Amino acid sequence: MHPLLTPISRFGLYLLAWIPLAGILVYLMAVPGRLGWLDATVLIIPLCLIYQFVCLSAWYSCKAAPIQKSTGQRLWLTHVLAAAILSLFWVLLARLLAYGISEFPAFRGLNGRFASQVPVLFGAGFLLYLLSVASHYVILAIEDSNKAEVRVQESSILARDAELKALKAQVNPHFLFNSLNSISALTSLDPAKAREMCILLAEFLRMTLGLGEKTSVPLSEELSLLRRYLAIEKVRFGARLQMEEDMQQVSSAVQLPPLLLQPLVENAITHGIANLPDGGTVRLSGHSHNGRVVLAIENTFDPESTPMRKGGLGLKNVRERLEARYGKEASMRVSAENGKFRVDLAFPADTANTEEAKN
Amino acid sequence: MKDANKITALIVDDEDLARLVLRELVQTHPEIAIAAECANGFEAVKAVAEHKPDLIFLDVQMPKLSGFDVLELIGTETAVIFVTAYDQYAMRAFEVHAVDYLLKPIGRERFEAALERAKSRIGEKFPPALELAASARPPKQFLDRIVVRDGTRVTLIPVRKLDYAEAQDDYVALASEGKKHLKQQTIASLEACLDPEQFVRVHRSYIVNFEKVVRIEPYGKDSRLAILADATRLPVSKAGYARLKTLLDQRT
Repeated sequence: MHPLLTPISRFGLYLLAWIPLAGILVYLMAVPGRLGWLDATVLIIPLCLIYQFVCLSAWYSCKAAPIQKSTGQRLWLTHVLAAAILSLFWVLLARLLAYGISEFPAFRGLNGRFASQVPVLFGAGFLLYLLSVASHYVILAIEDSNKAEVRVQESSILARDAELKALKAQVNPHFLFNSLNSISALTSLDPAKAREMCILLAEFLRMTLGLGEKTSVPLSEELSLLRRYLAIEKVRFGARLQMEEDMQQVSSAVQLPPLLLQPLVENAITHGIANLPDGGTVRLSGHSHNGRVVLAIENTFDPESTPMRKGGLGLKNVRERLEARYGKEASMRVSAENGKFRVDLAFPADTANTEEAKN
Repeated sequence: MKDANKITALIVDDEDLARLVLRELVQTHPEIAIAAECANGFEAVKAVAEHKPDLIFLDVQMPKLSGFDVLELIGTETAVIFVTAYDQYAMRAFEVHAVDYLLKPIGRERFEAALERAKSRIGEKFPPALELAASARPPKQFLDRIVVRDGTRVTLIPVRKLDYAEAQDDYVALASEGKKHLKQQTIASLEACLDPEQFVRVHRSYIVNFEKVVRIEPYGKDSRLAILADATRLPVSKAGYARLKTLLDQRT
């Protein structure tokens, strides 16, 4: 579809742009061309009305010779040739019109007087067409860049969605296998405890599955997921895993992307506690400050074990999700000092239920 | 007290419950005696020296010393069955001649099969895990620490703290922080495990940590000496000097 015909407002703008052009042409014919204002107006206005539609055809030659892909020579040849042919057609039309108008008594002799202005009109037609070509190229470029932008946005949204889905679906299989192994041990040692563990695991899995459709969850929900996760790991690690939680100073209604903290707690276990023969502590804490929530996950770790890559996959994911949601409003700080590994997250405290707001 | 008719076994896992599962499975076999249970790699190395078990059930993922590290340190007379929740180590496990590889949670039938395999191979002399591991090492993956055993004591040497290594017959002497540690390994296989952008074989018998070299001095015809930060002087052969120069050129 021709881009100047839709939307209608754009077409209107195009027609408006022709008014000064027609004015200039009338002036050229009337004053330097000595046709007189009336004769020039009567002749030029219908010609311009026709030619503005003729010039729309530049679109097709522009499409046929895209500016990025064609050689300069070919571009010029295409458009100059088209301009010459169309302008010639226009001039012939003008002669015909002048001839017709001359039949009226009031315009007698217009035909003869106009004859000397034919080269001027041809030149004008030629230039007008080239101008139209230039503006069509501009429109094409703008449309291309708009399209490219939309594509980039779409693909980044798609990528983020895919990533999120993958993240949500991803319960670390090793966590699952280790938990099942613990259950299999408990069945003979402590059947009641085995059943409890089964239930914890089922609840944890159900919660992670349920998060699939949500974009935000209240902190209370994320915390209850984390408590189950830690309770399961506690069975596995026994006295080696100590837990502390200090979340009183932050509203449990604060919204955050689902499973934002879970990978951090998982890291704390697999890269922290699991590497310590005598175990250590995982500490969750949070507070609100100036309309922002600050959450921290801290764990004991072994500084001599294979160094924790600061850009580990889990950390990178959390960082990207924070950025995707809050942009520059969020921050994440990672530190590893004195045998303590710590991740601090800060983001705007939003307690509105976005799920409900959407509906 | 070793009953000659019984197979002695060791259970090594850092998780209490995981050891419990194995203990239950093993205890259904009266011909096997559990010599000890260990909660980490250090205990395992010690227990092997003490009990000389025929068979070890060895967890892969443990703090500080992994199952592979343990295998590297315990010599060649014990059959090893790896036990882990992770299947990505299976290839490596068989490369170091583990008898079998059990995945958690462990099923009874799978356990019996592993045990049968182990029984048929008890008494066999296994090839040194270290050399196998070194030759099977994936390209561009280098050691970040070296495990050394002195009697029952295990030391971890981070490679950045290794000054140089010297070949001594079947052993290498590893010099780190003023101490020397002996390890049963050839210098060539050690060289293969170290990052060539940090460690240079300067001589048939020496590998040096490039970071620790202060200067090179001429020494006789065709040979030189590398002087380290702690004033140690190491011989540098003609080929070794060429390698040092290449590395130096790469870095500047």
